[in-house]
Amino acid sequence: MKETIESLRFRITKRFGTKTVLRDFALEVRGRQFITFLGPSGCGKSTALNIIAGLIPATDGEVWIDGERIDHLPPEKRGFGMVFQNYALFPHMTVFGNIAFGLQLQRRPAAEIAERVRQMLDLVQLPGFEGRYPGQLSGGQQQRIAIARALVLHPRLLLLDEPLSNLDAKLRIEMRAEIKRLHTNLGLTSIYVTHDQVEALSLSDWVVVMRDGLLIQAGTPQEIHDQPVNVFVADFMGFRNFFQTQVVALGPDRDVEAAGNGMKIRGKTRHTFVPGASVVAAIRPDDVVIGGDAGGPNAFRGTVDIVEYLGREDEAIVTLEAGGRLWVRTAARLAPGENVTVVLPPDRVIFLPSEGSGGTA
Amino acid sequence: MRRSQTGEPSELDLMAIACLLPSLLYVLVMFVYPFLYGIYLSLRPLKVDGFSLANYIAFFTDQYQYKTVGITFRLAIPNTVVVVAFSLLLAYNMRRGIWLERTITTILVLPISLGVILLGQGILGFYGGKGWFNQMLLGLGLLEDSLVLTHNFTGVMLSLFMQQFPFCFLMLLGYISGIDPSIENSARTLGAGPWTVFQKVMLPLIAPGLAIAFALIFVMSFATFPSAILLGQPLGATRTIAIAAYAQAFEMFDMPYASAIAVIMGLFQMAALVVIVLLRRRMVMAATMGVGKR
Repeated sequence: MKETIESLRFRITKRFGTKTVLRDFALEVRGRQFITFLGPSGCGKSTALNIIAGLIPATDGEVWIDGERIDHLPPEKRGFGMVFQNYALFPHMTVFGNIAFGLQLQRRPAAEIAERVRQMLDLVQLPGFEGRYPGQLSGGQQQRIAIARALVLHPRLLLLDEPLSNLDAKLRIEMRAEIKRLHTNLGLTSIYVTHDQVEALSLSDWVVVMRDGLLIQAGTPQEIHDQPVNVFVADFMGFRNFFQTQVVALGPDRDVEAAGNGMKIRGKTRHTFVPGASVVAAIRPDDVVIGGDAGGPNAFRGTVDIVEYLGREDEAIVTLEAGGRLWVRTAARLAPGENVTVVLPPDRVIFLPSEGSGGTA
Repeated sequence: MRRSQTGEPSELDLMAIACLLPSLLYVLVMFVYPFLYGIYLSLRPLKVDGFSLANYIAFFTDQYQYKTVGITFRLAIPNTVVVVAFSLLLAYNMRRGIWLERTITTILVLPISLGVILLGQGILGFYGGKGWFNQMLLGLGLLEDSLVLTHNFTGVMLSLFMQQFPFCFLMLLGYISGIDPSIENSARTLGAGPWTVFQKVMLPLIAPGLAIAFALIFVMSFATFPSAILLGQPLGATRTIAIAAYAQAFEMFDMPYASAIAVIMGLFQMAALVVIVLLRRRMVMAATMGVGKR
């Protein structure tokens, strides 16, 4: 079996006409990792993946694998596997023909091809499907075949371009676990493109958050989840509540006290601020506590506005007396019109640079 | 959309039938009736009372007449192959769009808008013995004698090519650019070079469209008339079957015999269509098992 890569390093700029899709998008990662490019549509993540695959030429930049520069190689010479959003199976070939395609091009003996195809079908849990045509398979089955087709060649790098976004919610979770299992068991290096933060967090060793062709933040899922560098990443990671404030005081241990819109908020930051700086306080809906000490820090009065039943929890919008709205997720049952005290636990509140103020980590 | 498998007419089917009615009526009045009348006429020879196959027998026993079938095939088949091959080459290479695509497409498609006669006259002027084309090659010293490109087989081929190429090209471009590019991309990542991709993946997917293009161009070529007269030798090398029918009708004033020739022409076209459609069905079955239109 061909070994997976030890390292991947690239720096890419891509322009389509006057539009810059990727701006010096650069990364250096070790092999045997699951790397995710995460961002909203149009952020350039798929373009980056296609450039790494060799399917689109970069306007400028280089791609290195294990100390070898590969960006001049055509896609068929790179030895990567790729899985596409719409499966991209060959409709005129059977499942066997699809999976065997790459092996046949390598002129492997027929017995070896048959054996390896059979092993792959076992691996993706579709044994005996050799004779079917793609049109006779469900979306999930087609994507399993597409994965098998890529993996049968033992690619040194596996590229996945939103492979789950055409599947329904239940199947998506199932296939997510499947991809993780294959990645781990086969010791692969994978790059996965998605706009779904749950997929990114659950699958990845390393997440790269992108916007407008720029790398915004790269880190482990924990880092991205707990310490987003700015409002964009925080918003993407489920911080739904943002309050525009000014720094009042800075304490030890990264404590911040800030005020704005008649609210005094305490929290933490990993940024360096000066008193008076414009900052944004952010907290996730499920970190907000309902009830508690009305006189304590970060406690505010408000009225429950809308309640959505989510089964185990309720999600509600609370209109604060100080003005502004707060998304809350709680196991406590709330009723619209109810007056409540909400507490934003100071260790759960993070302060981020105000958009446009140019703060960095 | 997949067709309903139940066989019961749905609301959509009724709608489709309603939309079909005007064209159905048109076809009945303007095609089916004259066609059937032609067949009837062909069976009532001038010299015989009542019904007779005399006209058909006359055609196939007169070398001057039945030769036209061979001439027409010799013209139609190479022309169809050339038109479809060039269209495929260009359309395939333009499938992902190219620089100045719209301008290039417009220029390529322009001949359609000119009509056969104008185009024919243009070819006569440009490619004729005293035309620019020959004058230019002679002037550059590339030729010692003028090339004879008109009033022969070549002239008809040139004219047919210019009329049919834009049509065939547009049809294939639509077909090929409709194929999901990620199919081709996945073949590339699996180790296939551009030629292998064409051969093993794209060509089988294009084949059904290619068959339709081939059928249409062939039928058009087989019925060629103005080109064969204007740019060929209508009394000799390019006396196509359509010319034979015309001559019987408007030179010999033997409408029944002319009808018989027209019917024979139609039968040959239909036979060719049946062969191509049968071949296509086999290809489509292989190409799109269980997806899309059959």
